Amino acid sequence: MSGPSTYQPQNAFLKWFEARLPIGGLIHSSFVAYPTPKNLNYWWTFGAILSFMLGVQIVTGIVLTMHYTPNADLAFNSVEHIMRDVNYGWLLRYLHSNGASMFFIAVYIHMFRGLYYGSYKEPREVLWILGVIIYLLMMATGFLGYTLPWGQMSFWGATVITNFFSAIPLVGESIVTWLWGGFAVGNPTLQRFFSLHYLLPFVIAGVVVLHVWALHVAGQNNPAGIDPKSGQDTVPFTPHATLKDGFMVAAFCMFFAWFVFYVPNYLGHADNYIPANPAVTPQHIVPEWYYLPFYAILRAVPNKLAGVIALFASILVLAFLPWLDTSRVKSATYRPLYKQFFWVFVLVCLGLGYLGSQPPEGGFVIAARILTAYYFIHFLIILPLLGLIETPRPLPNSISESVLKKSGPISAVAIALIIGAAACLAMPSFAYAQGEHDAPKPPRNKWSFAGGFGRFDQGQLQRGFKVYKEVCQTCHGLALLSFRNLADPGGPGFTPAQAAAIAADYKVQDGPNDQGEMFERDGRTADRFPPPTTWKNEQQARQLYNGTVPPDMSVLAKARSYERGFPWFLIDALPFFQYQEHGVDYIVALLKGYKDPPPGFQLPAGGNYNEYFPSHSIAMPPPLTDGRVEYTDGSPATVDQYAKDIAAFMMWAAEPHLEARKRIGFQVMIFLLVLTGLMYFTKKKVWADVH
Amino acid sequence: MTTTTAAEPTRRDFLYIATGTVGAVGAAAVAWPLINQMNPDASTIAAGAPIEVDLGPIPEGQVIKVFWRSKPIFISHRTKKEIDEAQKVDPKTLPDPQPDSARVKEGHDQWLVVIGICTHLGCIPLAHQGNYDGWFCPCHGSQYDTSGRIRQGPAPANLTVPPYQFVSDSKIRIG
Repeated sequence: MSGPSTYQPQNAFLKWFEARLPIGGLIHSSFVAYPTPKNLNYWWTFGAILSFMLGVQIVTGIVLTMHYTPNADLAFNSVEHIMRDVNYGWLLRYLHSNGASMFFIAVYIHMFRGLYYGSYKEPREVLWILGVIIYLLMMATGFLGYTLPWGQMSFWGATVITNFFSAIPLVGESIVTWLWGGFAVGNPTLQRFFSLHYLLPFVIAGVVVLHVWALHVAGQNNPAGIDPKSGQDTVPFTPHATLKDGFMVAAFCMFFAWFVFYVPNYLGHADNYIPANPAVTPQHIVPEWYYLPFYAILRAVPNKLAGVIALFASILVLAFLPWLDTSRVKSATYRPLYKQFFWVFVLVCLGLGYLGSQPPEGGFVIAARILTAYYFIHFLIILPLLGLIETPRPLPNSISESVLKKSGPISAVAIALIIGAAACLAMPSFAYAQGEHDAPKPPRNKWSFAGGFGRFDQGQLQRGFKVYKEVCQTCHGLALLSFRNLADPGGPGFTPAQAAAIAADYKVQDGPNDQGEMFERDGRTADRFPPPTTWKNEQQARQLYNGTVPPDMSVLAKARSYERGFPWFLIDALPFFQYQEHGVDYIVALLKGYKDPPPGFQLPAGGNYNEYFPSHSIAMPPPLTDGRVEYTDGSPATVDQYAKDIAAFMMWAAEPHLEARKRIGFQVMIFLLVLTGLMYFTKKKVWADVH
Repeated sequence: MTTTTAAEPTRRDFLYIATGTVGAVGAAAVAWPLINQMNPDASTIAAGAPIEVDLGPIPEGQVIKVFWRSKPIFISHRTKKEIDEAQKVDPKTLPDPQPDSARVKEGHDQWLVVIGICTHLGCIPLAHQGNYDGWFCPCHGSQYDTSGRIRQGPAPANLTVPPYQFVSDSKIRIG
């Protein structure tokens, strides 16, 4: 891609082939001999990391498609089928769902690197605009993919985002109906979203090829922001850049693996483990974290059309950046004023992201408006003016000269600013936590399955199953579990014979037989748990249970959570501090949270007062009483013990491969540590003669 | 000086080989889940558990089809004539030599249980057709006798006998 190639194959066949299709020369000139500035820092490796992540997403996506069913009635359960039954299905799905977040983390670093070092400036305008197009395609792909599990957030996310287009005057409604293929988001929407979600990554890959092409025509920018003047200033792409990229890809994989194996649901929403329900919107509807800054901009504008325009403008303004920035100096290293405004801009983006996650009330709205205004001021006023008033520092004569001088204080400034911003963010969140939520936070419990090496307590799971069988199953189903799961490794530890005996205790409907009749037979291990016998359909359940349907308990432990607030929600993701047991803590608190209503609380008819239930009025009467279930292992027959046991059982039911996940995770981490170390020393050896 | 230059490349080579090897091991380890995910999943395997079939309602001379592991199983209640035909053939003259006694359970000569999939290319043969009173495959013309043995046509082997036992005189368990 950069001029005539010097590639000369030795082998006779390759010579013959090269004369007919010079692909070897193309690869050689693009990825081997290609001269790369020798002063590139590690921020330049994110292009390779992004290519790697695109590959990961495409490969895992193709594999998931082999097991996923894009149908509104089947999609949710087919995802659970992947999580439970498909060989390594849980791993592939967690790789794909967390991979999307990793992709966005990498792209944001890549974009901010471009902003800091002025990589969008002449002659790289087209390269930059192609990048903006890739980013837009990524956002579309991520959004489409998030609808596919067909959980509550999928459904309502799809509804909210497609409704953006209803803001268009005159034709908006028609466009939205056209997008949906119906009068609301439904099966036709899901099927077309699936089709497009499969298509767009390949479109991205195509634009990436153009992006790399444009890069190889203009040459890479570098931290000094000046063009290489001689061969002294560059090194060949292979092995230098290849190994540096490889080292960072390995290091990034460790970061990625941490999320996949230890906090796989951290970046998602508990609500998305509730099957899509067109009749109920989740209490807090929030997009995936990578859209939060734009979501904050949307909500900051009180007018519907103006909000949508602001949202799209905030992305499209990036495409005009090469002409909005009037400074001829590229790198912020030599732009003392721009450097400060750059970091302020980073903080504004982080601040918008935080505000996007908070409810649009009170101080949050005002803060979002200020930051939104600043976001646009940065691009439309500050950048054009800075180029005119700023006196840049003298540029080095060559890249080689710039390598000799290192600038250090940038990172110190950045760290100070980030700590300051964190403190600012903490204040409104504390105010919010105290003012708005009168439901207390569920207390944390000690769980055997928490932490990096957590394992289920088999005795506890067996007791929990007893509680389910004797108390819960009257009203609550366990539809995604089969009897055979009771004997699976990493579960309650029943023997296959015990699981078969448990199955035989249940009556399962089968048929039709040769006479065309449905009939009941004893359960077998391959059968799923039959539905509750007390209600036949949702309408009947609503009649019986005060207008509610008892939720299925299969994934309930992952479908419930509570707000931990700043800064705890950050700490929950950190190695050695990780905490993923919010759902089970909530369940225990709920089961023990029945109380007499406080004076002045209007309890609706048929409701039961519960301290931890969001509305405090829950249709389920207190299900547990001391002594209700007989334990044979000497554990206390108390509500407290029952609540913990059933919650642990529900955690296993929701995440049956939790033990395998943590075990494999440990092996992967050790492996990646070794690989990253080796890559680092190899890279060091190769670069030794450059420095 | 000479000693250092001699020692350096070896240490460097070792590092390169070690890195390459670890990388290759990692790639192979990643490949395994991607390959294994296409194998039958746990629910499919569980659904392939043994099934029991009641032979009582099958009259003499009739062939029924049941499904086990998504494959059709032919259960043939053979007549005296069919049994005689199957037994009197000299197995040595057959393309896939096997006596009839090796294809039925001892003492249950009247019951032939075979997987109903032509051993040529997987079509389902038709019962009571062809020159041997057994099965005829409409796809490519393979002909099987009353013991399900290949007699004529492109199929290389006899119809497969699945694993099964008699749990009582009138009930079998396949699998």
